[in-house]
Amino acid sequence: MTRETLDRKLNSLLDDVQSLEELVEKATIGAVEALKRQDLVAAQQIYDDDKTINTLRYNLENDCIITIATQQPIMAGDLRLVASILEVAGELERMGDYAKGIAKICLLIGKEPLIKPLVDIPRMVEISLGMLRRAVSAFINHDVELARSIPDDDYQVDDLYNQVYRELIMIMFTRPTTIDQANHLMWAAHNLERMADRVTNICERAIYVVTGEMKEVDQTDDEMNSSSHGDGG
Amino acid sequence: MNKFILENLSLTYSDNVQALKGIILEIPAHSITVLFGPAGGGKSSLLRTLNRLNDLADVKQITGRADLLDQDGNILSLLDKNTDVIALRRRLSMVFARPIVLPLSIRQNLTYGLEVSGVHERGRLDQSVEHSLQQAALWDEVKDRLNDPATMLSGGQQQRLCLARCLALEPEVIMLDEPTSGLDPISTNKVEASLQKLKENYTIILVPHSIQQAARMADLAAFFLQGELIEVAPGNDIFINPGQVKTRDYIEGRFG
Repeated sequence: MTRETLDRKLNSLLDDVQSLEELVEKATIGAVEALKRQDLVAAQQIYDDDKTINTLRYNLENDCIITIATQQPIMAGDLRLVASILEVAGELERMGDYAKGIAKICLLIGKEPLIKPLVDIPRMVEISLGMLRRAVSAFINHDVELARSIPDDDYQVDDLYNQVYRELIMIMFTRPTTIDQANHLMWAAHNLERMADRVTNICERAIYVVTGEMKEVDQTDDEMNSSSHGDGG
Repeated sequence: MNKFILENLSLTYSDNVQALKGIILEIPAHSITVLFGPAGGGKSSLLRTLNRLNDLADVKQITGRADLLDQDGNILSLLDKNTDVIALRRRLSMVFARPIVLPLSIRQNLTYGLEVSGVHERGRLDQSVEHSLQQAALWDEVKDRLNDPATMLSGGQQQRLCLARCLALEPEVIMLDEPTSGLDPISTNKVEASLQKLKENYTIILVPHSIQQAARMADLAAFFLQGELIEVAPGNDIFINPGQVKTRDYIEGRFG
């Protein structure tokens, strides 16, 4: 192994992490935008494009494995990085599934008028994706301080989720015919809430790569009834 | 229970090269301690100091202590001028990078040491031949041709024969200096598997020929650089999260 070859490989793996993050971001923004505008064509496109994210994830995983096999020994910081890229790739792919899930909700609601204007859900997207962008940047640039600061923002997403949840429950109570759509919107919000939680996992990996410490970073976790909603996808 | 305690061990050769600089290290029994690092780090010098092969080298000065503690708590000072070197080397056996078989039969390679030390009883010699070959994972391959010349064996088999030859003398410590550097992966695997079993009964010190082997084999790993012991840590820690920058740079291939 030459150090130069390994560095080139590792940089190329990190470039792919960046690309994966950009695809997830695009899909999430697109899905919520489609939901807001009830654009079924765009929703279908995002639903189908999830395959691209999955393929990139598998390719990235494969490249990591090839790197481990051909660039031995992969040790210490390099090993922690490659192992973490595998983990982060999985997290990003799962976030892509959340975007796909929102696109599907858009298709399920169809052209039926929305029971409420979507304000908090787009705000959740803004905050979650902001967290995601910074987390991936911290991961790629070995920025521990940045990684440690991000999970604190999760409470904002949790607050918005709780707000959306209460509001939708209220609507369901007063107008039982809306239950179907309200339930769908609840899923969309829940997906975004989960996305922010997964950002925290990326932050943990960013810290692990640099310090070797593998532990949970503190985050506020006051979402309501999260267990009853499952792991929406 | 045969463990080594090294205190401030320093060694200077007559050309003023300081091969070991104040080494403080405890080498535990019943485990494999790996000494690794770039060439010229002091690994081989340390092995040769322990079994006093350095008596034959051009040494200017050795200072500090190197003690071997046995299971009864007896302390043998390895550097003491009065220590019986022949007896010491029987307790601290050594396998070198290149297999050196005696130009005798396979069997005689194993009985030679015992006969020199006064064992001539046929039954006991046979028992020792079989037992040591089994421990070195060579018995099944040579049991039907013990009287063939040892030089007929492949390189990997010769190296395992050298290991068996050490074991026949029932040492307490086995020191191996790059024992698989000339072997193919299958033979390497066999030697490594033998060592993993042998550690239950022996204290093993291994200078590996590659960092991969260091990682595979180390219960405890000691990183040597230019005569200094930079870091000692369990193998499971040092190759994933080394404590010292120099160790990290070496195992990540940033120098050396």
